[in-house]
Parts: sequence; C-alpha cells; structure tokens
Amino acid sequence: MTEPIEEVVQDSPQRVERGEAFLDVRDLKVHFPTDDGVVKSVDGVSFQLERGKTLGIVGESGSGKSVTSLSIMGLHPPGIANISGQIFLDGQDLVTASREEVRLLRGKRMAMIFQDPLSAMHPFYTVGTQIVEAYRVHNQVSKAVAKKHAIEMLDRVGIPQPDRRVDAYPHQFSGGMRQRAMIAMALSCDPDLLIADEPTTALDVTVQAQILDLIRDLQREFNSAVIIITHDLGVVAELADDIQVMYAGRAAEYSTAEDIFDRPQHPYTWGLLGSMPRIDRERSERLIPIKGTPPSLINVPEGCAFNPRCNYAHLNGGASETERPELLDTGNGHLVACHLSPQERQKAWETDIKPKL
Amino acid sequence: MRWNRITTVTAVSAAVALSLVACGGPKASSGGSGGGSSAATPEFDAANNKIFNPSDKKGGTLRMAITEKWDSTDPGDTYYGLSWNLVRNYVRPLMTFKSAPGKEGAKVVPDLAEAPGVPSDDAKTWTYKLRKGVKYEDGTEVKAKDVMYGVARSLDKTTLPNGPTYFNDFLLDVPKDYSVAKDPQMKLLSKAMTTPDDYTIVFHLNKTFAGFDYFAQLPSTAGVPQAKDTGTKYQLHPISSGPYKFESNDANKGFTLVRNDQYDPATDPDTGRKALPDKINVAYNVNGADIDNRLQAGDLDVDIAGTGVQAETQAKVLADPKLKAHTDSVLSTRLNFTVFNSEVKPFDNVNCRKAVLYAADHEGYQRAYGGPFGGDIATNLMPPSVAGAEKFDDYGFEADKNGNPTKAKEALTACGMPSGFSTNIAYRADRPKEKAVAESLQQSLAKVGIKLTPKGFPTGDYTKLYAGKPDYAKANGLGMIVYSWGADWPDGFGFLSQIVDSRVIRASGGNTNLGIRIPEVDQLIDKALATTDDAARNKIWVDVDKKVMEQAGVLPGVWAKGLLYRPDTLANVFSNDGQNMYDYASIGLAQK
Amino acid sequence: MFAYLVRRVIGAVLLLFIVTAVTFAIFFLVPRLGGATADDLAGRYVGKSAGQEQIHNTAVRLGFTDPLYVQYGRFVKGLVVGQDYNYGTGTERCPAPCFGYSFLTQQPVWPDLVARIPVTASLAGGAAFIWLLTGVGTGVISALRRGSVLDRSLMSVALAGVSLPIFFTGLLSLSIFSYGLGWTQQGGINPLDETNPLWWAYDLILPWVTLAFLYAAAYARLTRAGMLETMNEDYVRTARAKGLTERTVVLRHGLRSALTPILTIFGLDLGLLMGGAILTETTFSLPGIGQYAVIALRANDLPKVLGVTLVAAFFIVLANLVVDLLYAVVDPRVRIS
Ligand SMILES: Nc1ncnc2c1ncn2[C@@H]1O[C@H](COP(=O)(O)OP(=O)(O)OP(=O)(O)O)[C@@H](O)[C@H]1O
Ligand code: SF4
Ligand SMILES: [Mg+2]
Repeated sequence: MTEPIEEVVQDSPQRVERGEAFLDVRDLKVHFPTDDGVVKSVDGVSFQLERGKTLGIVGESGSGKSVTSLSIMGLHPPGIANISGQIFLDGQDLVTASREEVRLLRGKRMAMIFQDPLSAMHPFYTVGTQIVEAYRVHNQVSKAVAKKHAIEMLDRVGIPQPDRRVDAYPHQFSGGMRQRAMIAMALSCDPDLLIADEPTTALDVTVQAQILDLIRDLQREFNSAVIIITHDLGVVAELADDIQVMYAGRAAEYSTAEDIFDRPQHPYTWGLLGSMPRIDRERSERLIPIKGTPPSLINVPEGCAFNPRCNYAHLNGGASETERPELLDTGNGHLVACHLSPQERQKAWETDIKPKL
Repeated sequence: MRWNRITTVTAVSAAVALSLVACGGPKASSGGSGGGSSAATPEFDAANNKIFNPSDKKGGTLRMAITEKWDSTDPGDTYYGLSWNLVRNYVRPLMTFKSAPGKEGAKVVPDLAEAPGVPSDDAKTWTYKLRKGVKYEDGTEVKAKDVMYGVARSLDKTTLPNGPTYFNDFLLDVPKDYSVAKDPQMKLLSKAMTTPDDYTIVFHLNKTFAGFDYFAQLPSTAGVPQAKDTGTKYQLHPISSGPYKFESNDANKGFTLVRNDQYDPATDPDTGRKALPDKINVAYNVNGADIDNRLQAGDLDVDIAGTGVQAETQAKVLADPKLKAHTDSVLSTRLNFTVFNSEVKPFDNVNCRKAVLYAADHEGYQRAYGGPFGGDIATNLMPPSVAGAEKFDDYGFEADKNGNPTKAKEALTACGMPSGFSTNIAYRADRPKEKAVAESLQQSLAKVGIKLTPKGFPTGDYTKLYAGKPDYAKANGLGMIVYSWGADWPDGFGFLSQIVDSRVIRASGGNTNLGIRIPEVDQLIDKALATTDDAARNKIWVDVDKKVMEQAGVLPGVWAKGLLYRPDTLANVFSNDGQNMYDYASIGLAQK
Repeated sequence: MFAYLVRRVIGAVLLLFIVTAVTFAIFFLVPRLGGATADDLAGRYVGKSAGQEQIHNTAVRLGFTDPLYVQYGRFVKGLVVGQDYNYGTGTERCPAPCFGYSFLTQQPVWPDLVARIPVTASLAGGAAFIWLLTGVGTGVISALRRGSVLDRSLMSVALAGVSLPIFFTGLLSLSIFSYGLGWTQQGGINPLDETNPLWWAYDLILPWVTLAFLYAAAYARLTRAGMLETMNEDYVRTARAKGLTERTVVLRHGLRSALTPILTIFGLDLGLLMGGAILTETTFSLPGIGQYAVIALRANDLPKVLGVTLVAAFFIVLANLVVDLLYAVVDPRVRIS
C-alpha cells in the first residue's frame, strides 16, 4: 500500500550556485512592538539546513524557538511582528515574498506540527476532512481521491484501520494517535521542510519515543529537512544532526549533535545538560537546574544575556556584563557565543560539569 | 448633541439595510381618493360643529383605524359611542341621532320608524310605526317582529353581556335571566312588547319614562331576522339594513363594509345620512402613535375612537400652524370630576365639601388633562353639549381659577374644622392624568390645611372592588374619588342618572355613583322621568345639576375635549352634539 | 436517541401543563387573595351598567363559580379532547386542541392563534435572517479589523443598537421611511394578505430591519468576542499552516467555532420571538402573537392569555430541544444520550 515517494524535486540551480543551503536563515530578527516596549523575541539568528537533515533547536521556555519557526512558516499576523533578515527556502526569500506566495508554499513545501495535537486540530471536523483539506488546497483532485490519499497517509503514520479512523473526530483519538494524524496531515503534500514544534511534549513517555521514531522514519522516506524544536535535549539527542541552543532570542551554541552532547562549550548548554533527565543511566548527582529565570525580552541584560545566571561570568574581566559575545567558530564549525577563554572553558567542563552528568 | 448622533446613526443604518432590499417602490396606497368637491382651506375648528368641505360626491374607500377593538360589532351587544356612531352605517334603529352638525346632531329623529314614538298610558306605553320597504341585505323586508326579536335577544345578558340594560330595567315584566334562545316564540315577553301588525311595535314599560325615544335609538332596536341570529357569532356578520353591509370581518384585524344594494335612500328621508364612501375599512389594534402619523401623512382618514390624538402628537400638532389647521377641538359629553364620599367624615358635612370646592386649583385640574385642549374648566356637572344643559358657576371657579383660600377657610370654620383635616383621595393608578389630578389637589388643598393622601387603584377593579364598593371605600377612608363620566346620550337622563341617583348605589360594588346621597336629587330625577315635555324635562335635569352643586356633591374638574385630526382626504366632515366626534354617517372623501 | 427524544417530549408536555397551571393560578388566585369573589372577577366581562344579577350570570357562564381545579380540568380537557360551546342560539363543537373562547368577544381562541402565528413567524424569521447575516458579518469584520476605525465605529453602532428601544427605533424609522420618504409600508398591515412574496417582504422590511437592528447589534458583539477568541486557537494556526486561504481560515475554521455558542442563543432568541415580538408587533401594528398577548393581558382575557402562554412556551421548549439536538450535530464532541 505504501509506495515509496521518489525524491525528484529539483533544487533551484541558482541557489546551489550561490552556495545557499536549502533552508538558509540569516540574521533573523523578530520584534514585537507592544505597549510595554519592543519584545525582541528573536534577535539575530542564523542557521542552515539541507534536505534530509535534521536540526534541533533547544532552549528554555520563551527563548524564541516558536517565534523563529513561525517566521519561517510566515504565520505571524501582519502588522504585529517586525521581521528582518532573510529566510531562504530553496533560494526564495520568505521575508520579502508576498503573503500569497508564502501561503502557497505553506503546507506544500513546508509544513508544521504542533505541541498539543488536541487543540491543534479542529474539534468539529473529522481527521479525514482536515487531511483532505490540507491536500486539496495544493492539489487539484476530487474529494474522493483526496480521501483515498488521506487514508494512505494515516496508514503510513501507523494508524490502524485507517479507512475507518479517517471518519473519526480528533477527540475520538488517543493523544499519540492524534499526533500521528497531525503528522499525516503535515506530510500529506510531501513537504521539503517539516517543522515539529515540541511534537512530544504533550504525550506520555512511551508514546513520545514512538512519535520520534515515526518522524525519523518518515524523514528518511521523504528525504525532507526537519526542524525539531524542544526544550528537552533528550528528544533531539538521537534525532538531530545539528543542534542550535537558543537563549533570549539568540543562538548560544550551534554544532553537530555529537559535539553538543560530548563537547558542549557554552555554560548555558551545560546547564541544559545538567537538568536533563537520563533514562540510560543513573545520575551521579542530583539534577542541577539552571538558577534564576529567563530574562525579559524587552530589557535584555547588557553584555551576555545569560550573565545574571552564569556561574562563570566573573571570569571574563567584566566582558560578560558589558560586551555581547559573538557567535564564533571554535573549530570544526562548532559555534559558541561566550567570552570564556578556551582554557577556562576546558577547565570548567572537565572539572565542574562533566563528572556530574 | 448625543441624541442627534444616535438618531443619525439609527437612520443611517436603517437606510443601509433598506437599500439592500430595494424592491419595487412604494405600493400604491389603497383608497383615500374618492368623489368630493375641490378641497376647502383647512382651518382650526373648521369641522367643529360645522361642515368642513361640504360634499355630496360618492366614491372612494374610507380608511379608519383604532388602537384596540371595541366591545362588539353586534348592534345588540355594544356600548361604545364610536360604535353607536358607526353602526348607523349598517343598521337602522327605530330612531337615530340626526347626521347634522352642531346641536342639530343631538336630535333624535325617526329612522326605521316613520315618526317619533307615540306615548300613552302616562308615558308607560310607546308605539312606533315602521316604514315600509326597508330591506335587509338579502332583500327581505324589516318587520316589527324583527325589531322585537332584536330587542329580545339583547335582553340575554349572558350571551350578549356588553350592551346597555335599559330595556331589561324598563320593559314590563321581563323575566329574570331572560334568554330568547329558551323562548323562541317570545311568549315570556308578551307583556313587554307587542306587534299588532307587521309595521307596528308597542313597548310597555314598568314605569313612566318620558325620554323613550332615546331608548329607541339604541342599536338593538334595529331589526334582526330571528333565523339569522347566531348568538355570539352574530357580530361577525350582523345582517345589514343600512346603506352598507359587511364584506369581511376578522376579530383580529378589522372589517370592511361595502354598499348594501338593498338600501333605498327613499326610505330614509329624516336621518340626514349621506353614505358617501363606496367602501369603509376599519383596522383594529393599530399603534396609537402610528395612527397619528398616518393621519398626518394622509394614509389614514379617521381615528375611529374619536377621542383625539395622543398627548405627544397634540403638543406637536398645536405647535405647527399648518398642522393645527387640520384639527378640531371637539367638546365631548364627558366630565372629569372628583366625588365626595358622603360616608367618610368629615364629608358628611356640606361645609367641608364646599371648603374643597373653594380651595381647589381648577386650572391645575385642567392642566392635569392637558390644558385648554384637554377640556374646559367645568363649573357644574352637565357639559354644555348636553341637550338643555345650563352652565352656572355658583362657586366662582372662573373668577378664582386657582382657588379661593379665604372662602375655603370660612367654609372650614363653618364645618367646625378651621385648621383643616386629613383624608384620602383615590385615583386609577394607570391613568397618569388622574394621578396628576390627585397631586394637584394635594397641593392646592394643603394651602388651607386639608391634607390629602393619594391612593392609586387598578383601573379594571376600580369601581368593582375599591372606590366603587361602598364598604371598602368607607373602611379605607376614601373621602375623595377621582372619576370620569361620559353620557350614554346627550340628555340629562343619559348624563346624570347613573352618577347622582343614590338608589343606583349597590352594596356589592361596581357603582358609578361613588357617594352622592341627596334625597332631593332622587325626587327630582323621578319627576324628570315622568315629564313628557322635552323643555320642561330638560329644565328639571338642570335643577338636579344645581342641587348637586348646591350640596357640593362633587368637585367638577373639566369638560373633556378631544383634539381630532382631520386629514385633507376628508370631505363633508363635521362633529355634532350627538356624537361628540366626527359623524360617521355622512363623512366623505375629498377629491385628490 | 429515540428514548432521549421521548423523554424530552414528555418533559416538554409536563412543562407546558405547569406553565398553564401557573398562569391559571396567577389569574385566579391573586385576585382571590385580594378578596375578590367569582362575581367580582366576572364584573370585568360585562358592559358598563351591568347589574349584580347579570354579573352573577356571567360568572356562572364563565365557570368562575366552580372550584379552581374543575376550571383547570375543563381547560385541559378542552385542549385534549375538545369541548362543546353554547353560542347563545345553539351549540358548536370546538375540536381539540380547544383553547377555549374569549371571555370578552366570545370567539374561539385557537383560530386567532392559527391566524397570528404565521405573522409572527414571518416577522421573526425574516428578522432573524437579517440579523444573523448582518450581525455575524459585522462581528467577523470587527474582529478581523480589531482596533481599527471601522471596528470602533461598527461597535458604537452596535452599542446604540442594543441600547435603543424598539418603540423608539421603530417609530423613528416609520416616520422617516414610511411617512417621510414613502419608501416602505406603514404599520397596521397584514403581510399575509399578500399573494406576491415580494410584497410580503416589502410590507415587512421595516419591522424586520428594526427588530433585526436590535439583535444584530447584540450578535455583532457576541460574534466579535467569539471570533477574537477562536482566531487565537491552535487549530486556526494549523489551518493557516496548511496553506489555506485566509477566507477559508476565517470562515471554515474561525467562524465555525465562534458560531456554535451563537447558535444556542440564536435558537432561544428565535424561540422567544416566535412567542411574540411584543414591542415590534405593537409598534408596527402587526397582527401577530405578541400583539395578541398585549390585547389579552390588557383585557384580562384568560383564555387568550393561556393561549398565548402556551404558544410561547411551546416555541421556547421546541427551540430548546432543537438547539440541543443541533448542538450535537454541530459539535461532534457533544453526544446525546
Ligand atoms: N505576538 C507576540 N507579541 C509579543 N510577544 C510575543 C509574541 N509572540 C511571542 N512573543 C514573545 O516572544 C518570546 C518568545 O516566544 P516563543 O513562543 O518563541 O518561545 P519558545 O521558545 O517557543 O517557548 P516555549 O518553550 O514556551 O514554547 C516570549 O517571551 C513571548 O512572550
Ligand atoms: S559570556 Fe560570560 S556570562 Fe555569557 S555564558 Fe559566557 S561566561 Fe557566562
Ligand atoms: Mg514554543
């Protein structure tokens, strides 16, 4: 029943020539003017992602992960957000594209799944209807054909008896099934880019693993680019090729997943790792949560935004409090935004952090 | 400012909504135009007791409307002035009020009868001769038996409860609870009425009654063919003997009268009815403000109630000379007054009653009814439009429009209460005008130390349970009772007999005499009933009026007037002392 | 489902009986408590100079001399099996449902109701159509343009709409459009006399618009609030993420949800109106149930009052049932058991 979809989409030759990645985000800034001041939810974020690759974006609540992904999807209502920078999707700049152009890409070339599948699906329409709708908006086919396609998609995401479940309403599905259905809907038009914004947060642990497996399998099958957003490093550990750690609307660290887990460089990443529950082994010590709370995005602290919470800020001769650290390559494409010298960093990692993880 | 904005907003949004559903354009209004001569120039009071735009031209549809529905269209079951006015268009009673302007219209003239009734046996027997050739709408002739049947059926107050009870009270030996349905041969009425031949009917009374011609003008004396009587359903299609007959009748909407081709004007030489329109439409339950608007827009011809425009309209109309020229301030046979309950102390003392008469603010009373256009200050009981009425002003109301405290104080001293007293004044709670009267009197009487406590009662049960129930009124100390009375017809009997004769006071309630007990008055009334000479009889009624005033039985307030609106669509329109509104038997439509 | 329906219908019938019993009790018991006798009550239904005897006969004719439960029993019996009525010169059969005969006009009540329900239905139906369309439309536009000049002006009009009484807007619009400009029909017509549906609509357009204005205003405010809420829902974001046009997103996803609670209110409003739009009908002199209610109450005409009460209660109960059933259709999460 499942016929493998051959990846025949031709990458735009121009962008390959320009050396752009399939998804190329450059210096993205998303600011919300509000009555209290400008909320700088995303403040200069850049990353690249190729087809078939997975990028994990991690960070605490409010660090700008969702705002970033919604900007890519063009889902910020007009007039509410000021967006600058560039978002190239296969060579086309989504920031300057018209709303209608972006709409036509949405669902077709880029799709998104959300955290809570119950609230993300319309309660009054059947699962099938909602998938059919997603399919037909980009494909000129009859309802019957679209429904057949919907059943196929449900089957592919592992929903039993898809021909019957297609007529069920979201509330009649279990949480895991709903998220599978969301995935089926998102993939119905075979998108090149899939953004999953905390796809497992609302699910219980065993189901989480199944959904992550599903996303990985499907990604391989569809050869799409995937962005997984989470504040749980465990989720991206096995899935992501690259990981971007975000803090207060900026990237704190960017590298391969392997590097991030084995050789993390940024004190904030250390904190995230320290507060990560491990299922593979007993922790040597208790969880070490990051002290304090995320900063206000209206009045971001001077210097390094993390400095009020950082245990190493005093080691930099005041630079942490006054100078914003650039995101710099520390070797092998491992980017870090921190004033710590390589020695101090190495020492702290070796002595303070690594033993406790 | 705020008001303007809201109005504009409303108007604009309504306009927008309307333009969405634009269709056709206004429908041609039905009727309105008819025969009639070229229009005369409208003028204030131009139709008040005189003919405005006289005309003989027939044609058109007369459009009439009323806010509610009156008791019944059955001639044997109706007690409304407007109904007795209109009913002359579809039935012909033995006698009727002449359709003529002014005083002339208060004359009772032969209609179905050839001539006025001939009294005999000390005015206890009255004989009427019927005209020959008066026909029902089906072509059969109206016979004396039909007249007797019409009266007989109206005696059954269980089936037809609305009409007056004069025949029940005055005809000889009418059995208690008489029902013609149980006595189809009318054997039980053999002493009350006889029909020696097809064209003669004789009424036998249980007491002398000189004014019987007024009874003979009651609509129930129009013939009803016994075979066609359908009891309570007869109102849906009363059989016509007049110039119009019922085309349709719907208790919810109204009815339509069309010409009765069996009506022969040659048989109708005395009544002056003109029957000008070809058709008469009557609509029930039309919003009062809407009626006034439509009259002004010429979309309606007559407010059939005949009591005048709404209070808000009155202010608007009087302020605009163009509109005012279309109005007539018509005097009715209605007196708005306040009765002293002689059973409540200190009103058993004539001087205490007089004190109130002197202290009262008469202009205030008039203001409560809307000022001069609501009525004239009444100085005695009988309104000037009542036949033979005399106006007199024993207490100097007109000289001291706002009261005469000095005389009031003197009267109080004579009464033995020089510093005043306290009492209650009853009024109908849902009648703002009566409430205003109570409040006005409260103020003016306070100046001489008479403290009034106003007490409101529901209209429906006012006479039945409260002010008109002697034991209640006495126990609750209702010393003064605000009331209003309109005559059944414009003579002394029609106006006075129900409100000043102490013998009509019933212990069980439902009274219209709210506390006047003067033996001399009762004697005078008996004398009037027995006097066949009209002039002499009218004089006696004036004496009754004078006696009541001398004894200060009531505080007269105002003789009511109605401001009638007269659209340009009307011709041959006039009011008279018989109807106290426009006469519906001669009204016609102007040429457009 | 069937059992549910049966239960609801039985409940509704019971409720109707309770409603009539209460009306009955108010009519008779309240004056009784005030000390009124059967004859006192009957005094309301006789001419102005009626004697005691006549009043008493009327009391007997109207059955006031019987115990209350006998009178109520008679009323119910008439409803269920009909009754015979003596019209003075004969008897006629008033078949079930016999609502009795007016105390005043002595005409049967049921034909009056039958003649008037279509008028009220025409008024309520047409107005409902207009207010639903304009009210919801305005609400949606306002919500989508939230905070704009358009939103603010629409909402001020809506505020005027909910606060201005019908007799004001009604008389004002009559004097402007009927008497002033002559565009529309005047009050006091019976739209059902028309054979051409266009004339029927023409007759009713002013009452429709006036009545609809009041409701449209309320519905605009409701819709706006509902839309503001649903347009922030996750599923609306999902709909956008699918690449649906904004129109589809707003209408199919946002409005659909926002309309569901409005549907409930709409059903109940319509049910209430079907029992008579009292102010509109009296202002425009439309011979509907509402006008009948006023006539009946003013005249203390119990059979008419009972008739109107029953009709009104019937429509309210019906509307409730329909709304409940419809809700299950509209919102699949609701299941009727
Ligand atoms: N429309 C908006 N107006 C103003 N501020 C906004 C708006 N949308 C998001 N923000 C702010 O931007 C910041 C980033 O929000 P975002 O949803 O991207 O966080 P997140 O990283 O996804 O967090 P979470 O893990 O809780 O989902 C938050 O502080 C949020 O309050
Ligand atoms: S720059 Fe300073 S404050 Fe920021 S993370 Fe590095 S050490 Fe900590
Ligand atoms: Mg988020």
